[in-house]
Amino acid sequence: MPPKKSLGAEYLKGLWDENPVFRQLLGMCPTLAVTNAVINGFAMGLATAFVLILSSLVVSSIKKLIPSQVRIATYIVIIASFVTIADRFLAAFFPPISKALGPYVPLIVVNCIILGRQEAFSSKNSIGRSLVDALGMSTGFILALLVLSSIRELLGAGTFLSYQVLGSWFKPWIIMILPAGAFITLGVLLGLAILIETKTKTRSS
Amino acid sequence: MKQNTFVLKSSPHFRDKDSVSKIMYTVVLSLIPAVIASVYFFRLKAVLIYITCVATCLATEAVFLKVRKKDLRSLWDGSAIITGMLLAMTLPPSLSLDLVIIGSVMAIALGKQVFGGLGYNVFNPALVGRAFLQLAFPVAMTTWIPPVTLNVNTATFATPLGNLKFQSSLTQGALIPLKDLFWGNVGGCLGETSAAALLLGALFLLFRRVIDWRIPAGVISSLILFTGAFWLAQPDSYASPLFHVLAGGLIIGAFFMATDMVTSPINPLGTWIYALGIGVLVGLIRLFGGFPEGVMFSILFMNTFVPLINRYTRPRILGERRGAS
Repeated sequence: MPPKKSLGAEYLKGLWDENPVFRQLLGMCPTLAVTNAVINGFAMGLATAFVLILSSLVVSSIKKLIPSQVRIATYIVIIASFVTIADRFLAAFFPPISKALGPYVPLIVVNCIILGRQEAFSSKNSIGRSLVDALGMSTGFILALLVLSSIRELLGAGTFLSYQVLGSWFKPWIIMILPAGAFITLGVLLGLAILIETKTKTRSS
Repeated sequence: MKQNTFVLKSSPHFRDKDSVSKIMYTVVLSLIPAVIASVYFFRLKAVLIYITCVATCLATEAVFLKVRKKDLRSLWDGSAIITGMLLAMTLPPSLSLDLVIIGSVMAIALGKQVFGGLGYNVFNPALVGRAFLQLAFPVAMTTWIPPVTLNVNTATFATPLGNLKFQSSLTQGALIPLKDLFWGNVGGCLGETSAAALLLGALFLLFRRVIDWRIPAGVISSLILFTGAFWLAQPDSYASPLFHVLAGGLIIGAFFMATDMVTSPINPLGTWIYALGIGVLVGLIRLFGGFPEGVMFSILFMNTFVPLINRYTRPRILGERRGAS
């Protein structure tokens, strides 16, 4: 068992060192699929955060009761319950967003970030620590989706949160709001993340 | 020191006089007739697109070489110039120059340098640039103007393949005469109009053995077989195979793009598989796909399979047992 980190470090690791999208490469499906507009990316980030935080709380509080043979199934049942709440909530109060996200809200069930955190963290740590970890991972995920969707909406439509940002001289790059644009943007961002990581590593050593 | 005639040296023992830049400039030379033809058909617009493409490609390449701390001399190995010229040839003459710049930057950046530069790219860089433009600006990339030589006073114009795709039957003058297709007196991208000029350059390349004859032979013959089968069955609703060979980007694709040494298979069997795949895909897209033209996507698609083809067509080493690898 590695030495315990401070709670602040436990939170901050989700932002960069163990950022779910840029460092762990988890949750690629929603990352690629719904980041064509900032509002969609942000809504997906919030919904995932809701499910992740509450699932982590529940799993860490009942971790001693879960038989290890059926732990994954138990996690999935817990996660699926919160996903259903999130899905119904979006459909009831934000129908346009729910429609835009389509099947990707129910698909949060199989988001590897959430299951991964339960298996790797909540099932082994205290409730408080799991909450901080889930908060950090959620923030990291939301930030990643925001960066990705901002770039794609700006270049693909010339807008930010549907407000015209770039002037009429700008010809929208339609490819950026297509799936191909998602892969290109993610690829470039991952490259940049690795570049920053190596640069800071060589500087500190 | 007469006794020192027994030389110990590691391989390679035989060296070719060819070098990367020599091959590249041979290709540049072979493209000249097609460049002249497109300038003749589209005048100043063509000249501007060629200059913008080549200059932007060189500039992007220089920036990447600088950032990656590589030798700046390899800027002049000719590969960036070819990418620029080939990209320009796949663009519609009416395309505005800011889009041309975006396409050229993407061709070098996404098509070549992100993979590690010349020799490491999976896809043909010029076609990556064009694919990016096609998906980013679909309207601008499918707006065609008639060649100056045709004396028609219209703002827009259809390509021979566009005509074929979007007209209901062949009887409404949908088929452009083969003579015009061959000499290039038709609408289309800069470099795909004149088959004659392209073939002149291609013959030069074949003669100098810069390109593998199997690739154009495979692409063209499989396209002829594919479209010919439909033409023989229903000559009223399908265009003749000769039309398909001469129209659109097939000649430039088969001779100049599919033959890119980096992105085509290494050995003869693999080359045949690759070339036949391209030909059949072009036929499929043209006859049944949503786009009128499919050469670009076919070549890019088969490019992805090149590593796999190379792996499965690797010749056995002497003594190696079948299936033991």
